Amino acid sequence: MIPLSEPGKSFGQRLKSALADAIIAGWIAFFLFSLLLGVRTVDKVTGLTLAPRPGLLAIAVGIVVFGRLLLNLFVWQAEHPITTPFAKLFTSKQFERRDLIVLGSVAFVSTLVFIIASIVHAAGFQLVAACLLAFLGIGTIRRVIVYFFPNLPYARIFTIGGIAFAILFPLVSYLLEKAFHLGLPLRYLFDLSILVLTYVMLGWGLNIVVGLAGLLDLGYVAFYAVGAYVFALLATHFGLGFWMCLPVAGIAAALWGVILGFPVLRLRGDYLAIVTLAFGEIVRIILINWTPVTNGPNGISDIPKPTFFGLPFSAQASPNFASFFGLKYDPLQGIIFLYYVILGLALVTNLVTIRLRRLPIGRAWEAMREDEIACRSLGINTTITKLTAFATGALFGGLAGSFFATRQGFISPESFTFIESAIILAIVVLGGMGSQLGVAIAAIVMVGGFEALRHTAGLQSVFGEGFDPALYRMLLFGVAMVGIMVWRPRGIVGSRSPTIVVHDVKPIPKNLVEEARA
Amino acid sequence: MRPWETDLLLRVQHLTMRFGGVVAVDDVSFEVGRQDITALIGPNGAGKTTVFNCITGFYKPSEGMMKLTHPDGQSFNLEQLDDHDINSHARVARTFQNIRLFQGMTVLENLMVAQHNVLMRASGFTIGAILGIGGFSQAERDAVDFARHWLDRVGLTRRADEPAGSLPYGDQRRLEIARAMCTRPLLLCLDEPAAGLNARESDGLNELLFSIRAEDGIALLLIEHDMSVVMRISDHVVVLDYGKKIADGTTDEARSDPRVIAAYLGVPDEELPVIEREVGL
Repeated sequence: MIPLSEPGKSFGQRLKSALADAIIAGWIAFFLFSLLLGVRTVDKVTGLTLAPRPGLLAIAVGIVVFGRLLLNLFVWQAEHPITTPFAKLFTSKQFERRDLIVLGSVAFVSTLVFIIASIVHAAGFQLVAACLLAFLGIGTIRRVIVYFFPNLPYARIFTIGGIAFAILFPLVSYLLEKAFHLGLPLRYLFDLSILVLTYVMLGWGLNIVVGLAGLLDLGYVAFYAVGAYVFALLATHFGLGFWMCLPVAGIAAALWGVILGFPVLRLRGDYLAIVTLAFGEIVRIILINWTPVTNGPNGISDIPKPTFFGLPFSAQASPNFASFFGLKYDPLQGIIFLYYVILGLALVTNLVTIRLRRLPIGRAWEAMREDEIACRSLGINTTITKLTAFATGALFGGLAGSFFATRQGFISPESFTFIESAIILAIVVLGGMGSQLGVAIAAIVMVGGFEALRHTAGLQSVFGEGFDPALYRMLLFGVAMVGIMVWRPRGIVGSRSPTIVVHDVKPIPKNLVEEARA
Repeated sequence: MRPWETDLLLRVQHLTMRFGGVVAVDDVSFEVGRQDITALIGPNGAGKTTVFNCITGFYKPSEGMMKLTHPDGQSFNLEQLDDHDINSHARVARTFQNIRLFQGMTVLENLMVAQHNVLMRASGFTIGAILGIGGFSQAERDAVDFARHWLDRVGLTRRADEPAGSLPYGDQRRLEIARAMCTRPLLLCLDEPAAGLNARESDGLNELLFSIRAEDGIALLLIEHDMSVVMRISDHVVVLDYGKKIADGTTDEARSDPRVIAAYLGVPDEELPVIEREVGL
């Protein structure tokens, strides 16, 4: 469908083929949208009738036709695609004069639009112009930094900066809020950060199984559930605290990983994915039906919160954290503590994974992903190697599950559905299987970004007051995922770094690296 | 008494492998000497790779016995061992017809994976190394030194940090041999090591194989189609055709054996009765 750009073509020829292409696309859009948008079912006294919406249909088809025409003329068939200068901002290619003119004029027009829109209060135009300017600004800053410091270890700076931010963010924002009363929605921000970090930890845990060992696991949520329920049951029946139960829950989940691992050892690819999916569902259904132990669909409530070396954070308890340190009681203190607990757990997961990768067991996992038969010919017992991968991944899933239970205070089988497994797997795949940094970024984008789409008041000013961005979250989310898979099919971080070197570290392009697949 | 019968490493007796009704290997017996380069040859479909897969444990033979004796007198029945135990306990290493390197891992990592069992014990089965007890870092340095020794032997030291998948074909072949050698075997099985190599690379390979036998004292068992390689380097040739052994002897004996010639070149129809009478069919 996309005609290749042919430099020799005259403008007339290009226009002709672009028009033909746009008309075909328009017809396809018309047929597709005629039922999706063109008619609407209306409930009348006479029964359900169809009300035509020709205006909406015309707008949709118009967008397709003109969009396709412009794309054909200025991008796909153009000798100098208009997108090239923008793409060059994010590479280290040399700029030509033409590129600079395009970028400069876009920057000028956006600034102009932004100023005018600010004066006449056209929020939609303002938003679009601001986005364009931000995009250009980020690209320019990147080019400038790379130009002056071409050899900095950017991945490392990014990692250290990210960890430093994660450590400082709650304390600094809490102190700022206390000092200046900025009115930050701290409670919400901390809750969201805790959620994101939980998924970062789950992503890192699953990354061991999927990214390193190459075993496609669709039932990871089962270990999460085992960890959560083991802690919840121990805490509610025997009155044990979080820190006591945490290792027990982790070990129970790891054992569950071994139990699951045994029957699926011979399976690979699709078959493994299906069986692990089934195991995830089996665990959930047992939780629903084993009422005497799990309390069935009603779940388990009153799960205790973690304590700070024995000091609880609740207002009723005495002594509690605040009174012991002579602070004023604030419910945020408990949430900040939870934040640091999950941050610590996630970082432990990360450090253990990084260490394991450099140990023989980690190399054996990666070798197994690359070629299982070759592994066996080298004397590696792939049965044990697979089981250790399952168990290690499950261990971290179980720890995350315990944390989830203690944070929520209430768990039920509802929290452990297949969609959770799918989200965690999507985080691992989008991040770039095997890459720790990529998984962290993907978790922030997937969970944080998904949540951010709830608060897009700016979009309302573009699409009108009746527009509820929350309704379109899934759509935007899907578009974003398709985009990442088109432009970065091997995930956000598309290279593997070697675990041991003789001379120097060179990242390995992902097209050479095997990955778990169905 | 043939030379390979005096200092025996592996004795294969009555090896039979059936896949359903197909008899891929039919009652094959031969010996592999500790000092020898033994070649397993035969036309396509003769069952050479099946014999290989039986010896290295990737197939469980339908019948027969394969007994491997270490210099210290310890002996292993290969048909009773799992494939990874054949490498780690009986110390038989192999390469593959279609190269099976860990493509996304570097050359050095490939050789480190080959020393998995040694390093695993040194790391206290991971737990010791995580806690920082035991001598893992020393063991790892030794493993790297051993890997570098083999990189020097196969001439890949310069490319140690490159992904194995990016190496040229000839280098990949040699890396696979180096990787097998890093498991410290007593018997190295090579499945068509010269396939796809040019004349110069093939000469280099011969030198490498000779040096493995001479310096490391390791027996070689190889499948090869390239007769110039077979005739130049092997001491002992076993010829298979349609799953049966048709000849077993020195290269000269194999070269002049009418059954081998018939199997490889075929015979004109008019000579068929004569040949059949000569070979006793």
